[in-house]
Amino acid sequence: MPAHTPQSEDFASAVPPDYNGRSSARSAPATSDRDPHPSSSRIATAATSTAPEETREVFDAPDIGRALTRIAHEILERNKGAEGLVLLGIPTRGAYLAHRLATRIAQVEGATVPAGQLDVTMYRDDLRLRPARSLARTEIPPEGIDGRLVVLVDDVLFSGRTVRAALDALNDIGRPRAVQLAVLVDRGHRELPIRADFVGKNLPTAVTETVHVRLTEHDGLDGVVITRAVPVGAKDERTAENPGGGAAR
Amino acid sequence: MKKHLLSTADLSKDDALLLLDTAEELARLADRPIKKLPTLRGRTVVNLFFEDSTRTRISFEAAAKRLSADVINFTAKGSSVTKGESLKDTALTLQAMGADAVVVRHSASGAPHRLATSGWINGSVVNAGDGTHEHPTQALLDAYTMRRHLGSLDGRRITIVGDVLHSRVARSNVLLLTTLGAGVTLVAPPTLLPVGVGGWPGETSYDLDAVLPKSDVVMMLRVQRERMTAAYFPSAREYSRRYGLDRHRLGVLPPHAIVMHPGPMNRGMEIAAEVADCDRAVIVEQVANGVSIRMAVLYLLLGGSEPAGAPSRGGSQLSRQADDGKELETAEVAR
Repeated sequence: MPAHTPQSEDFASAVPPDYNGRSSARSAPATSDRDPHPSSSRIATAATSTAPEETREVFDAPDIGRALTRIAHEILERNKGAEGLVLLGIPTRGAYLAHRLATRIAQVEGATVPAGQLDVTMYRDDLRLRPARSLARTEIPPEGIDGRLVVLVDDVLFSGRTVRAALDALNDIGRPRAVQLAVLVDRGHRELPIRADFVGKNLPTAVTETVHVRLTEHDGLDGVVITRAVPVGAKDERTAENPGGGAAR
Repeated sequence: MKKHLLSTADLSKDDALLLLDTAEELARLADRPIKKLPTLRGRTVVNLFFEDSTRTRISFEAAAKRLSADVINFTAKGSSVTKGESLKDTALTLQAMGADAVVVRHSASGAPHRLATSGWINGSVVNAGDGTHEHPTQALLDAYTMRRHLGSLDGRRITIVGDVLHSRVARSNVLLLTTLGAGVTLVAPPTLLPVGVGGWPGETSYDLDAVLPKSDVVMMLRVQRERMTAAYFPSAREYSRRYGLDRHRLGVLPPHAIVMHPGPMNRGMEIAAEVADCDRAVIVEQVANGVSIRMAVLYLLLGGSEPAGAPSRGGSQLSRQADDGKELETAEVAR
C-alpha cells in the first residue's frame, strides 16, 4: 500500500518542524489506552471540554477485516503453518484482535490456534509517571508458551514501550521458541529498537495526533480514526486522548 | 484512594472494588513459575510491628517481596523501643532510611493515624491493626474471600459473632461490608458490644440462633482475653454454649453459607474444632488471600506517581487532574 497518501502529506506539513525533538508529547501518549474502563461518554466530555478537534476515519470495518485476513495468511506463510503457534493479545483491544486472528487462521488452516491475553501493566516503564492504574487479566492458554511460537498482537504500535513490557512479561511466564509481533496499525515514532513482523496498515502520523482503534467487541463498531486537535491551545488536546480507549502508544 | 490506608471508612465503593479486582488479578500470579513482578523495584517497605503477629507480618512481607520492593522488618522486641525510644524517634529513623511505605501495627488505637498526620514521615502509612480500632487489610481480605464464594456482596447478610468490643477486625469489616452493600449483624453478649454500637451501620443481636438461618456468612471472632481487664462473661463454658459455633449451629446455616475466622482461633471456645476443619470453613483460604490483597494495597498506593484514583465510573475531574500532573512530570523527565 502507498506509504503516503496526499492527505497524510498534508498532515505532515502541518506539523511544526521541531516535532522530532524530545518533547513531553513523546511520552505522554505512551501512557494512554490501558484504562480498562474507557467509555464513550468520557471521550465525549473530554472532546467537548478541550480545544476543537479534527477527526478522520482512515480504516473502516471492511478494511480491518481485510487487513486481519492478510495478517493471518502472512503468519501462516512465515511460519509454514500453525504448528506450535500461540496468539497473545495485549489488552484491551489487542486481545480481541488475537481472537479474531485465531478464528481466521482456523478457517484457513483448519487447525485451532490457542489465543490468550497478556497484561503488561506491571512491567511498564512509565508506571511512576501516572497514578497507579488498574490491571487487566492475563490468560495464558493451557498449552503454555514454552518452546512455542508466540505472536504478540496489539492494536497500535507507537513508541514500542508496550511491546518491550510485553517481552519482559513473557520472560516471567516461560521461554517461547520465538516471539513475533502483529499490529493493526503502525503509526511510527518508535522510541525503542522494536519493529512489527505483521502490520495491518502503516499510518504516518504526527505525535500530536491520536490514533483510536475501535472494535465491535469493545466499542460497538469497527474503525480506525485519527484525531488531531486544531493547533490553538495545542497543549491541552493530549489529555483528551487518555480517557479515550484505543489511543496509540 | 487516599495516600494512606488507615481505616476502611476512607475507602469509597469504587476504591474497595478496585482493590478487590486488583487482588483478583494478582492472585493469578500464584500459578506462574515465577511468582514475582518488577513493579515496586527500588521502593522500600518497612514493616513496623509493635505488637505480635504471625499472619499479617508474614503476608505483608511476602506481598512486598513479590512486587520486588525492599523489605525492612522491624519488631519492637529486640529494638531500641525496649530501651525507651518513642514512636516519633522510631518514625524519624525510618524516614531517614527512606521508607516509601510503613506498615504499622501498634497496641494503641490511632498510632497509624498519628504517624500519617504528624509529618514525621513522607511515605504511605498502612494500618496493620491498631489497638481495638481498625485492621483494614483483614477486612479487605475477608471481603475478597466472601466475594470469591458468593459473588457480589450487594444485599448479602453477614453475621459477625463474638468479642466485638475488642475487635479491630469487626469494626473494619462493618464499615467495608456496608460500603460494599452488604448488611452486617453483630452478635455478642451485651458486655462485649462497644459503647455507641448503635451508631454503627447494621444491626446488633444477643441471640445467635435467631440470626444464623438467614446468614450468608458467619464470622467468628476470637475472645481476646489478653485485652480483658474485667469479667465480661461468667465462664468460658457459658460463653461457648451461647455464642460458640458448634456442629449443631452449623446445620442451621443456609447450605451456601461459609464460616470465617480472622485467626488465631481458640478451638473449643468460639468455634468447635470440627467446625473449624469442615469444608465450609474458609479460614485457611483467608490467610492465602491475605497476600493477594496486600499486594493490591501496596501496588495501588506505591505503584504510580500517586495512589490510584477510582476507575472511570465517577466523573472525569479526577483523571483530568491526574493527567495534568503526569504532563508536568513527563516534561521534567524530558528536560
